Amino acid sequence: MNKKTNWPVTTLLILGSLLILLPLYLTITIAIKTPQEMAGNLLSLPKSWSFDNFTQAIEMTNFFSALGNTVFITFFVVIFTVLTNSLVAYAIARNMHKKFYKLLFYYFVSAMFIPFPIIMLPLVKQTSAWGMDNLVGLIILYVVFNLSFNTFIYVGYIRSIPKELEEAAVIDGASTWGVFWKVIFPLLAPMNATVAIITCLGAWNDFMLPLVLLSDRDMATLPLVQYIFQSQFSTDYNLAFASYLMALAPMIIVYIFAQKWIISGVMKGSIK
Amino acid sequence: MKKKNSVFLTIAIPALLLFFIFHTYPTLQGIFYSFTDWKGYGNWDFVGLKNYLNVFKDDRALDAYGFTFKFAIISTILVNIFSLLVAMGLNSKIKFQKTLRAIYFLPYILSILIVGFIFSFIFTHFLPGIGESLGIEALSKNILGDPKLAWIGIVVVAVWQSVAFNTILYLAGLVTISEDLYEAASIDGAGIWTKFWKITFPLIAPFFTINMVLAMKGFLMVFDQIVALTGGGPGKSTESISLLIYRGGFEGGEFAYQSANAVIYFVVIVIISVVQLKFLEKREAEN
Repeated sequence: MNKKTNWPVTTLLILGSLLILLPLYLTITIAIKTPQEMAGNLLSLPKSWSFDNFTQAIEMTNFFSALGNTVFITFFVVIFTVLTNSLVAYAIARNMHKKFYKLLFYYFVSAMFIPFPIIMLPLVKQTSAWGMDNLVGLIILYVVFNLSFNTFIYVGYIRSIPKELEEAAVIDGASTWGVFWKVIFPLLAPMNATVAIITCLGAWNDFMLPLVLLSDRDMATLPLVQYIFQSQFSTDYNLAFASYLMALAPMIIVYIFAQKWIISGVMKGSIK
Repeated sequence: MKKKNSVFLTIAIPALLLFFIFHTYPTLQGIFYSFTDWKGYGNWDFVGLKNYLNVFKDDRALDAYGFTFKFAIISTILVNIFSLLVAMGLNSKIKFQKTLRAIYFLPYILSILIVGFIFSFIFTHFLPGIGESLGIEALSKNILGDPKLAWIGIVVVAVWQSVAFNTILYLAGLVTISEDLYEAASIDGAGIWTKFWKITFPLIAPFFTINMVLAMKGFLMVFDQIVALTGGGPGKSTESISLLIYRGGFEGGEFAYQSANAVIYFVVIVIISVVQLKFLEKREAEN
């Protein structure tokens, strides 16, 4: 086995990673700088650490309200998606020999190909007519829409779980519900983690659905707040970047601590 | 056994109903309205295929299709080249492997909209600043302000962001290839190119297929990047189909007309995805 480190590739990858780090470096330093400092070299470090930009941005964007909304949406979307989508996929996976469930599978999966703009206009009318143009409505829509992709990856995984495990539990007197929650759901743990990560990123970063659905500004999510902010105060870059940084920070912090699981979780989802 | 069936049905039927109500029903409504002259409010009449015919005569719509295709094709190719290179690099014997992986996957977790805002600043102020101080004329103007060049800025941001996810997919494929294959090839005197074309590429062909299809589909729906970088401008030079449907439908009172556009858009996406899948799977089989 050739164990020697490949230094040319290492060097190239390090140089390449600067392309990713540079925009983030700029974001952090500009967020801390004052408007006067912007006249100088943009790459330089800030002379003094000032956090005025952050306090101002918090006020102007109503940051904590947006953060709260985003956390609220993401939390419930992840919980409900994992609990319900896995259950639906289980019902489908164990009955694929029946026409109804097979059709249901293809029905959900083929919906992945429908571009959002085709349902966008009628959906907005429908949700506002039903009083669903709010955070709860948004959560319901995400959970339902997630069925498309998640049915696809859960079903594949559930079908690889031997049926004997369930039969043993049934002999021990477990009901179908019992079998699912006590036997199948725990076995789905790696898939649940993958789905949770992908769902979390999707709900946290989504811009289009909140943009078209939410009418009340108090309900705005983090990306939406940046959009409103950008269109109103686009001239003060230090303020804007402080605001962007705060919006990006929660996920970056989570990523720093959990990147190992996030990367392997997404990899697992993609192999399926 | 009966009881078991009823449990499965109590799970499947609500899911079916909810999905139908919130996804299929709006889709059908969209298709229905595409045959009317509805503005999004007030009365409407059936107009048959008029909206569809008008989309094909509408320069704004045709330009949006032209831009979206150009953008999607170029971005798909670039993303696949870069992500395959990065994935192969990350899969080789390098130092700091974990850190480098973490850095290269980082863009995947960031909001495209906010990344777009940050790059908008880079194109408007940072790059021209560097261009001027180095005396490079090509860099010293803001490309987002130039109708002929603005699309490049959008490609850059889209590629910057998507390389992360596609790298994950390629890496997932690469780690499954056994090292023995390469060693055997080395003994037979195979060079780097031969190894790539005879071993690596055929073995990750399914990942290549899925990456091409997913990237293309994603890029055809481009929206956030454009809102953040150019808003469709300058003029209408970077208006994508999604943005046009959003704008025309919500702001322009063209509900029915843009619904027709959305239906065409849907058909186009399905055709492209199916053709891509067929073509790439055929190649896979040949390899």
